[in-house]
Order: sequence, then structure tokens, then C-alpha cells
Amino acid sequence: MELTELIIKGILIVVLFGVTLLIAMYSTWAERKVAGFIQDRFGPNRAGPGGIFQPLADAGKMFFKEDFIPSQANKWLFILGPCLAILTALMSSAVIPFGESIRYEDLLIPVQGVEINIGILYVFGVVSLGVYGLMVGGWASNNKFSLLGAIRAASQNISYEIGFGLSIIAILMMTGSLSIRAIVEQQHGFAWNLFNQPLGFIIFLTCAFAECNRTPFDLPECETELVGGYHTEYSSMKLGFYLFAEYINMFVSSAIIASLYFGGYNYPGMDWVRETLTGSLGAATGHNLATLVGTIVLFGKIFFFIFFFMWVRWTLPRFRYDQLMNLGWKTFIPLSILNVVVTGFGLLYDVKYASWAIVIVMVIMAMVSSARAPKPAVQPQRT
Amino acid sequence: MQLTNRSKEVSNKEMTMAEKMYLPAIVQGLAITIKHFFAKKVTIPYPEVKRYLGPVFRGHHILKRDEEGRERCTACGLCAVACPAEAISMVAAERKKGEENLYREEKYAAVYEINMLRCIFCGLCEEACPKQAVYLRHDKLVPIFTERDQVVYGKEELVEKMSDRYIRTNPDAQATPTEPSFSRSVS
Repeated sequence: MELTELIIKGILIVVLFGVTLLIAMYSTWAERKVAGFIQDRFGPNRAGPGGIFQPLADAGKMFFKEDFIPSQANKWLFILGPCLAILTALMSSAVIPFGESIRYEDLLIPVQGVEINIGILYVFGVVSLGVYGLMVGGWASNNKFSLLGAIRAASQNISYEIGFGLSIIAILMMTGSLSIRAIVEQQHGFAWNLFNQPLGFIIFLTCAFAECNRTPFDLPECETELVGGYHTEYSSMKLGFYLFAEYINMFVSSAIIASLYFGGYNYPGMDWVRETLTGSLGAATGHNLATLVGTIVLFGKIFFFIFFFMWVRWTLPRFRYDQLMNLGWKTFIPLSILNVVVTGFGLLYDVKYASWAIVIVMVIMAMVSSARAPKPAVQPQRT
Repeated sequence: MQLTNRSKEVSNKEMTMAEKMYLPAIVQGLAITIKHFFAKKVTIPYPEVKRYLGPVFRGHHILKRDEEGRERCTACGLCAVACPAEAISMVAAERKKGEENLYREEKYAAVYEINMLRCIFCGLCEEACPKQAVYLRHDKLVPIFTERDQVVYGKEELVEKMSDRYIRTNPDAQATPTEPSFSRSVS
């Protein structure tokens, strides 16, 4: 590897890392803003214009709080918990392709931390490591509620990882590659996977919510039942790291959803943009600008999904634990296996949109069942 | 007895397929919340935007002067008696020769103090005053204090400035037997 390539790559990685942190930081602000707006309020608006310095104020507050370690807690594991959580959260953004490639003289450098041909497997591995952060933290707190929260987190993540994995097998079958970049490149233009895999998308999205411990699946930190869940005993920046890890996870899973199902940096008319830009500004500058446009489009999609995460959080109440487990094991796993089988048939007979058959059948079944359901008897008004 | 028409009988019936899929209900919920996202906010961001308080709002106290600029207060102490929070205290003094342009009556308040920590802004002092001297103004709030020694307001804060006279504009208010305060001449 040449020196210039190394330098460009290094700068790229630092920038991506910084952007990840920045977006996670402003997600905390955006979350409170969205919560406020949905509840007919303004949200934070005191620190700077529109509350734009609120994350800094929050971080300052977090740092100055007492960093408390319970006397009976396992000290090293107690510290290791949040470190693991944030480490795994930050690691997974390495393989996401944020743009096509940067052209420097005749070097073509992909806008991506590392390009590995098993990218999606790497993401899965790191995401399943993430649960250790919660597990270790909850166990080391030496508190029954923390432990219960940690156990819930672990069992929830394990349950939903199966649905998560099975739902993208259909995508992998269609693409024939585990590399996220290859998957994104196959969705060139407007051939997004969403149109071939609607059911897989819904399952993947829901499982992503569960993996991020976001509402409606935030049972590990269910205040009404578990005080604070796995982070009951945490304070100061250790708690901050747990909360921050959640927002980084949200960013990463939004990026993965956008890459797998919404075409990543692809957008309709991208070839035209590339040709015009390279034609008018020269090969290198035009190429880099076209890449930049793609990256901006990707970030637009990511922001939409982050917004969607928040939107759902302030709409839905929490699931009950048995509902959560029923949904994971009895609905998503059979459905995603069915999706894999139907997609397989589709590939065999060259029908691209085979997965829509399941959706159509489900919609018809739902309509028939609600039509056949006994109507609630109209209660006559008593006077 | 039925209290409302909106009550629904709770049933334990089996959910239909559409209900079990959750998605229609979720989409419905998302539509409701996004409507609220773009709705007009009810919050009034207070220090920047102040809402209209109305002509009968009871704010900062003022000791009125009459048309010739003489203090109206005669230190009768009725306001202090009427005050349920015992916030008002005063020291009376006799008007000397040559002070007729300062004080309207022969007796006046040398010291007139209101403890703003005790005051509950009920307006009973205003009601009690036979000389139309003390008022709670509708256009000004007692400012925020941060120290205990800022709490007691003396005559220099309370007595009306001739350069900045307080006029309660209330064209809609009609004098009624139960609201005699509206009929008082304030100028």
C-alpha cells in the first residue's frame, strides 16, 4: 500500500469515526426535540439557538456527576461493561460503505473504513458482542434488578438475532455476496432491495429496533418493573457511555438498513449526475463530487431512519415480555424462513418479486379475518 | 348511572389476524404522532414571549400620587390589617408645614414596606384602601430576586413616579355593586 493511499485512508477513517460520534451526540438532542414536537412542546431550546449546545451541556453534566461504584460490585467488570458497550457500538460502523470511491490521481479509494468480503457477518458478530456490555454491566452491579435487566437484554438479543439473520439470508441469496459494498452496488440506481424484499425489510427493521433496545423493545431498562434495568447502579459518564452506545447503535443500524434495503448511496439518476459532473469538471473532481452527492443521499436516508426510530419511540408503548418473545420466536422466525423459501423459488423460476406473494397473501388473510370477526355489538344508549 | 357516551365495554375476545400483525394499528399511531409533530405548539416560550395578562391582573404594587403629585397614602394601616400574609408594615408621621405639596392628608406614611416574599398578590390591600392609594398594577411583575435583602420593597420602589404615571386602561369594565373597585377613579 502506498503512502498517499494510507494517508487518505487514515483521514477517511478519522472523519468517519468523528462523524459517527457527532451524529450520535446530536441524536440525543434530536431525540429530545422530536419527543417535544410530537408531544406539542418545543423540546430543549435554552442552550444556544434551538438548544443546539444541549449535547455539550449534557456531557458536561455527566462528567461532573459523582462516579459511584457500589461496594459489593465487581469493580473491574463494572468498569468494563460500559467500555464494551461503546467499543462494540463504534466498531460496527467500520464496514459500512458511506460512498462510492475517492479518486486521487489514478488511485480509487472506497469511502469505507475497511472493505471485507464478509462485511455483514462482521456486523452481526460485533452486534452480538454488544450484548456482553449490558450483560457484564448488569451482572457486575451485584443488584437483582440490574441482573434481571441484563438477562432480559441477553435473551431478547439472542431471540431477535435469529430473525435478524434469517431475514437477510433472502437478500444474500439474491445478491450472492456477504460484502455490504457488493450488496449496495447491486442496487444501482433505483433497484433497491426494498422492492424485492418488503417482508424481509419489515422483519429486519423490527429486529433492528430490538437489537438496539429501543422502544417498543426496551424491556432491559423497563423502569416500571426493573427500576433502571441493567444501568440501575451506573452514574456519571459510565451511564453516559451506555446511553451513548444506544445512539451509536441507532446510527449504525440506520446505516445498515439504508445500505441493505434502501440502496445505500444509490439514488435514481445517479449515472446522469456522474456523467454531467465528470464531463464538466474533469474526471477526478467530477468523480469525487458525484461520490459526495451519493454520500449526502446516504446520510439523508440514515437521518430519515434515525428520525423513524425516534418517531416510533414516542408513538408505541413497550411490549409485554411474553408478547416480545412470541413475536420473536413464533412470528418472525417462521415468517423469515417462509420468506427465504419463497425467495428461493423466485430465484429458481426467475421471478424477482416473489416475496410480494407472501405480503399479498397476508394482507388478504388479514382482511378476510377482520371481515369475518364478530362485530362488536352496538350498545344501545342508556338514558 | 352512565357518565359518558365514550365508555367502551372491555372484551377479552380473540384478536383478528390484522390486529395480531400490529402493523395497521402501528401505522395509525404513527399517523397520529406525525400530525402532532407538525401541529402548532401550545408552549409560550416565556421570557421571549409574554402572554397578555388582562386588565385585572395583580402584579407589582404601586403607591399612587394624586393629580398634583401628592402622595395619597395617609398611613391608616387598613391595608396592613387586611393583608392575610402580613406583608405590609408602615410608620406614620405628621405632615409638617410646607409639605402640603408632598402629602395630600395631614398624616402620611414615613415608611411603607412590603415584603415580597410574604405577599400573595391577593389584592386585599387594594380593596381595603379608603384613599385609593395602593394598587397592584396590571402591567408589571415584581422582578426576580436572588438575595434576601432585595425582598423588602420600600417607598422608593413603590411610590409612583410623576414622569411615569400608572394608568389602568380598562374600557370594558363596568362599575357594578359587587365590583366597586372598577368605579374608582384612577388617574
